[in-house]
Amino acid sequence: MAENGIGANVRRKEDHRFLTGKGNYTDDLNVAGQTHAYFVRSPHAHATINSVDTSAAAAAEGVVAVLTGDDLAADGIGPLICGVNVTSDDGEPHRAPVHSALAQGKVNYVGDHVAVVIAETLAQAKDAAEKVEVDYGILPAVTATASAADEGQQQIHDVAPNNICYNWPFGDKEAVDAAFESAHKISSLDLINNRMVTNAMEPRAAVGEYNSGTEEITLHLTTQNPHVHRLVMSAFNQLAPEHKLRVVGPDVGGGFGVKIFVYAEELVVGWACRKVNRPVKWTSDRTEAFLADAHGRDHVAHAEMALDENGKFLAMRVNTTANLGAYLSTFATMVPSYLYAFLLAGQYSTPLIYSEVKAVFTNTAPVDACRGAGRPEATFLLERLVDVCAEDMGLDPAEIRRRNFIPVDAFPYQTPVVQCYDSGDYNAALDKALALADYDGFAGRAEEAKSRGKRRGIGLSSYVEACGIAPSQAVGQLGAGVGLWESAQVRFNPTGNVQVFTGTHSHGQGHETTFAQLVTEQLGVPIENIEVIHGDTAKTQFGMGTYGSRSLAVGGVAIAKACEKLIEKGKKIAAHALEAAEGDIEFADGNFIVAGTDKAMNIAEVAFNAYVPHSYPEGLEPGFDENAFFDPMNFSFPAGTHICEVEVDPDTGEVEIVKYSAVDDFGKLINPMIVEGQVHGGIVHGVGQALLEGCQYDTDGQLVTASYMDYAMPRADNVPSFDVDYAPTNPPHNPLGVKGCGEAGAIGAPPAVINAITNALGIKHIDMPATPENVWRAAQSAG
Amino acid sequence: MYNFSYQKVTSVDDAVEAMQKADDGKFVAGGQTMLPTMKHRLASPSDVIDLGGIEDLKGICMDGDAISIGAMTTHAEVAASSDVQSAIPALAKLAGNIGDPAVRNRGTIGGSIANNDPAADYPAAVIALGATVKTNKREIAGDEFFTGMFETALEEDELITSISFPKTEAAAYMKFENPASRYAIVGVFVAKSGDEVKVVVTGATACEHRGMRL
Repeated sequence: MAENGIGANVRRKEDHRFLTGKGNYTDDLNVAGQTHAYFVRSPHAHATINSVDTSAAAAAEGVVAVLTGDDLAADGIGPLICGVNVTSDDGEPHRAPVHSALAQGKVNYVGDHVAVVIAETLAQAKDAAEKVEVDYGILPAVTATASAADEGQQQIHDVAPNNICYNWPFGDKEAVDAAFESAHKISSLDLINNRMVTNAMEPRAAVGEYNSGTEEITLHLTTQNPHVHRLVMSAFNQLAPEHKLRVVGPDVGGGFGVKIFVYAEELVVGWACRKVNRPVKWTSDRTEAFLADAHGRDHVAHAEMALDENGKFLAMRVNTTANLGAYLSTFATMVPSYLYAFLLAGQYSTPLIYSEVKAVFTNTAPVDACRGAGRPEATFLLERLVDVCAEDMGLDPAEIRRRNFIPVDAFPYQTPVVQCYDSGDYNAALDKALALADYDGFAGRAEEAKSRGKRRGIGLSSYVEACGIAPSQAVGQLGAGVGLWESAQVRFNPTGNVQVFTGTHSHGQGHETTFAQLVTEQLGVPIENIEVIHGDTAKTQFGMGTYGSRSLAVGGVAIAKACEKLIEKGKKIAAHALEAAEGDIEFADGNFIVAGTDKAMNIAEVAFNAYVPHSYPEGLEPGFDENAFFDPMNFSFPAGTHICEVEVDPDTGEVEIVKYSAVDDFGKLINPMIVEGQVHGGIVHGVGQALLEGCQYDTDGQLVTASYMDYAMPRADNVPSFDVDYAPTNPPHNPLGVKGCGEAGAIGAPPAVINAITNALGIKHIDMPATPENVWRAAQSAG
Repeated sequence: MYNFSYQKVTSVDDAVEAMQKADDGKFVAGGQTMLPTMKHRLASPSDVIDLGGIEDLKGICMDGDAISIGAMTTHAEVAASSDVQSAIPALAKLAGNIGDPAVRNRGTIGGSIANNDPAADYPAAVIALGATVKTNKREIAGDEFFTGMFETALEEDELITSISFPKTEAAAYMKFENPASRYAIVGVFVAKSGDEVKVVVTGATACEHRGMRL
């Protein structure tokens, strides 16, 4: 292993600038001549716009322009799009209402964009925004997921009868129904997956600049995928041709999915800067973030498992209603379909699965991917249902899991729901987690807690997820509008240091370190001589960005392949310089060596020769700079078992997590310290969903939880120190042997926490968030 | 935030005069509620009169059998005061658990009481301990000071100068926090004095309740 190479706990290279306040975020950018944008947003959840009078606002002090949906349409700026098709059960594509970046005639959620004011200062823009007079015709609002498609409901979009975006059945219904007919036992459960506001630390922001000389727009954005933003804005929104649009995602303070999507504000800023021929800046305030960032989750489901007399799963049947909000966000349709139903097998060999998903529109903010995206919803449903099965069968939760695990020798394993799992050893992870959690000692701890008036519970969650998104052909067949390969360029400079250009984007994950470790391992260049560059379409080659725990599993492999090309070329250069046959050159630890001799040449010297090719192999191109693309053969399938132990105070309903153990299979770890940080963050995210976070609209469609005064984010004192370990397997199709780790905690934690609470109280189920009030009520009714 | 005139005064008289001259003036103490409200454009005073420069309103002193806390004394100062800790430890503990360190270093006892947030901690202590609220005009019994949600007995140009808490035999405060805001969903202050025990509940309803005398 190279020093600082694969497996080393290298301190994050980027942290010096982050911790010393030298990060460069979008809002840090101030451009000469800059104006400020402020959006006039709908205060109503559902209303027609009878008229918009901008005259008073336009005349207000400092106002440069007041623009509406009519101006947008007049300039031919296209509506926001959803990039993934899901075919509904009638054979038609999902219903997609037109989503103009500024409303045209109607608003559909509180926070919907009505107009934008561009002014010299932000205060002037806000003052003028209050002078925009909008005559609304208020309509009844639809907010509840479960009843959105009921007969007689208020219709939101003409193109979507009964507010249904799609009905998407998957699986062999007849075979599943037959298995249920003959089952020994059927366990069932109704459950809600609570709606979340993603809450990245840095709110969204955009700065648009137009250069009338080059006719180029430069758009700095809080984006997880600058090239995807550029592609969509060029190809679908007609903002500017790709070669005349530069998108930069500078330092970005957390994404969690919410910064994947192309939002109204971003498109409007890009368009407005050209229209007013001045730079335009917009930064979301926290209230706007609550109102208009894409939200996550929001499912209502009924799940059933058919079991035989030994507790083996025979078949599963799931009926889900998923709330997509008022409009389709960029990847909204795929989250409750492909990213959800295709994970319903979990770690189990359930042979038959049938799922129906009804995706509905409501007068709420659009819902899209949030850390885990579909997989937390599938895992919560399945891992809760498995605990109900265990109770119904009189089996220990660990035992029923063991009886149904896909055996270690069955990989690669084809599930009944499309996915073919790469590798896994689910028993190994379970055993390790049980030991880490001292599962056998639980009864004694529960007894001791009882003496203090507390009820102690323990909960398991054995999850699997699909990462390394994604094989382009597979997602293409499913209806995705893009391929999901990744790109890299590894460039030696003449002086021997290295710049690594990746098409992924780091917004807190530590790529600048992890990727540098890959390169130092492979090329033997000291890590301090390696710089990872990302996030600027003018600097890096086209790339697909970061989401779905794909950056290392897909983007990292592209970097490794580019490094391989450099080594191959380097052998030719070294052979010429060392007067040896190319076949005799070996490469190790940064040196090209003539096999069996002490003749060697460092890769930095090779790079210099390539740029100063005075004595050089005939016909070989100068330069030492290679690029590579990698399209994965399969998803990767991280998995693991998380065990949560809680103490419930039955008098107050307070839940304390007293112990949390996580054993994950992420394949090979490049930087274990960074991975552990990702696990910690993911678990806290999942604990937040399980205990604290719950986005609430009232029946009028007002967002009740629109600030941190009302929306409870997890804090350090809500969680214990975690016990983290690994049970890695080797995914055969991934050249680096890696799987991805960014979402696992958020997927594994919610059912572990809730299973622990139901265990403590001896109840069948409790919905998330398990607030003190909910837990107290459950404790009272359980007696 | 809307535009407003700002002035920092150095005496109670100047503060009152400034208020009387203002169209729609507001005193600001620690500003922990007022400034966020103004930032959200939910309040738009014409004049903000900063009491932070009035030295007379700051500090804690023993006054016979009572402890007197100046209106502009921060929660952090109350929590750290050895006088408060020894005279009424429950009050020091209450102050030390308000908000977070930033709030405790800026927020003041006078500001908290004048604002009378139904979820604030101090009002329960003022009533349960039988405190007296001293203003530039008069003395108001704690029992009569809080009149409704965000409403007090204070007049427009009246400002709190100090709060006098009589020593008590025993007292305690416990609260159940909102997990988001960490304000008290419900807080209970219990104080024993002689053969009287007072229990005052904060949170739970719109205004402090007179509590019970046991």
